[in-house]
Amino acid sequence: MQAHNFKVKWGMVIDLDKCTGCGACSVACRAENNLPPEVDAGNKLRTADWMNIYELSNGKPFPEHEVAYLPRPCMQCGKPSCSTVCPVVATTKDEEGGIVSQVYPRCIGCRYCMAACPYHARYFNWFDPIWPEGMEKTLTPYVSARPRGVVEKCTFCHHRFNAAKEQARINGEDPTALPEDAYIPACAEICPTGAIKFGDLNNAEHEVSKIAASDNAFRLLAKLGTDPQVYYYSKREWVRKLGDNYLKNAKGEDHV
Amino acid sequence: MSDRAYWPEGVERCSMGKFLAWLGVISIFLAWGGYGAYKILGTGIGVTGLDNYFGFGLWITFDLAVIALGAGAFFSGFLRYIMRVDDLKNVINLAVIVGFLCYSGAMMILVLDIGQPLRAWFGYWHPNVHSMLTEVIFCITCYCTVLIIEYVPLILENRKINENRFCHHLAHNFHVYMPLFAGIGTFLSFFHQGSLGGMYGVLFGRPFVFREGFFIWPWTFFLFISSAIACGPAFTMLCATLMETITGRKLLGYETKKLMGKISGLLLCFYMFFKLVDTYAWAKGILPGMGLTFDQMYNSEYGYGTIWLWGELLIGGLVPAVMLILPNVRNTPALLYTAAILAGVGVTINRFVFTVQALAIPVMPFDRWTTYIPNWAEWCTSLMIVAYGFFIMSLSYRYLPIFPQEVELNK
Repeated sequence: MQAHNFKVKWGMVIDLDKCTGCGACSVACRAENNLPPEVDAGNKLRTADWMNIYELSNGKPFPEHEVAYLPRPCMQCGKPSCSTVCPVVATTKDEEGGIVSQVYPRCIGCRYCMAACPYHARYFNWFDPIWPEGMEKTLTPYVSARPRGVVEKCTFCHHRFNAAKEQARINGEDPTALPEDAYIPACAEICPTGAIKFGDLNNAEHEVSKIAASDNAFRLLAKLGTDPQVYYYSKREWVRKLGDNYLKNAKGEDHV
Repeated sequence: MSDRAYWPEGVERCSMGKFLAWLGVISIFLAWGGYGAYKILGTGIGVTGLDNYFGFGLWITFDLAVIALGAGAFFSGFLRYIMRVDDLKNVINLAVIVGFLCYSGAMMILVLDIGQPLRAWFGYWHPNVHSMLTEVIFCITCYCTVLIIEYVPLILENRKINENRFCHHLAHNFHVYMPLFAGIGTFLSFFHQGSLGGMYGVLFGRPFVFREGFFIWPWTFFLFISSAIACGPAFTMLCATLMETITGRKLLGYETKKLMGKISGLLLCFYMFFKLVDTYAWAKGILPGMGLTFDQMYNSEYGYGTIWLWGELLIGGLVPAVMLILPNVRNTPALLYTAAILAGVGVTINRFVFTVQALAIPVMPFDRWTTYIPNWAEWCTSLMIVAYGFFIMSLSYRYLPIFPQEVELNK
């Protein structure tokens, strides 16, 4: 399937040198997107964290030991491995902005997209969601809760994108040319250190496009050819090296 | 009470009491699986051992394995009706029933496996023409229908049912048009087997299974077809042998069994040649291109060591391929059956590693290996499908003239 060329390409840059691994982005994401409280969070392969945080290590002993924290939202890939395989068009990348959608009422729960995604950014609803009495009042009214049996994932808080476009229309502005801060996902808004930047990667004025062009910016598993719209930034080489797989004494070439 | 009047003409069957006791044993597994299915459909797939890393597990492995082994139906039909290999007329009825059981069983498992079974028809309503799984949905449902059409005339040939004039003529007409259905079935199952392989080959985010290929089809498309048609006939032959062991009666002439073994052997040699070339090209070309090595694809600590690879390629691949093309081996029943079992084991390992190991391997450098262990809910429902196969086959054997040679062989 040919990749779409969008006029606006919403993207994220996460500065791993600023990220402290506090988890605020993950919490904000859960609250914003109506992820239910986990009944049993013991098995981390069963829990759903649209913004999952990985701990990276340079593998060296003290005192050279260093760690970094890598928040991992959906990469909103330019060439998604997930949407091409979905048998029922329940996940697509066809809307201006380049956000990979997830249509919950259409998903049949085959989990093929989960098998396809190398980032583990997709989560399955193993049971029906349950909010303890009273907690249903915290639900975000603009985000649908998902039933059991469907796959879900980060949408770059797509409802906020809709709201920003609506506000632009009300203001008599062009909804296809939103200013830099008009639309920001919950994770980027709450990050206390400002590690998460969000904006239009195609707009040279937006900070994300400037940072993404830096030599210290990288994308996860770029060699696979997924063309992610999420960039990471670090001045530390060992951190950047952990963004992809490299052969010893050889430079692998893009395969796809 | 005797049901002798319903048996095929000239054959002997066990007493009704013994038969009911046999069905009772099978029903224990059906009941256990039914309980598991109730829990899964009632509360969610969370009762299984699957998780967000292993979205596919025992069920999909089971599905792919039985569909590969059930390929004897379409390939025997193709050889019998299209290629006119008349010697296969003795086994074609059995092949059809085995194929029907494998495909219908796989579909029952899929009802449990997909999170929203009531939306299964969306595959037709909102088809994604770029998805190999859409092709799978089309082919599995259409081919299952064809297998039902092929099975119906067999049911109509029950002695009592066939006394009915309408049923008699209907069965006759079904037989007249059977080459047409065999042709349609061959086309559908060919693509179904292929699209199952293609499903994995297109996953460019999974280095273990990703393959390049020809036009839109990755090499796995062709490898899955060839492995299925290689193992299908051997499995059908094994089913006949198992039925002979259980019933204590001769059902299929040994010459036909040898022919099935020979067909499997030749096709297995063909498959193994390309499988070995594919494995080499994958290890030397695709993996380094992704910055990965062959060694990184295996980890015995987590249960995914190279033992699976050698088990598949050597024990379940080259060994049975060589055994089945040697006439001396085929002339010795024990060796013929052993080779057929090994071929079945080989294709099952292949489907297992493509389904499970592919998901266990960390792709992101900072991720880790993970292990998947199916739990009771997956085992009991899988065993339920096996029990379903035994149940239907038991009824078919008792009441339908499946084996044309049975009367003669047991004189």
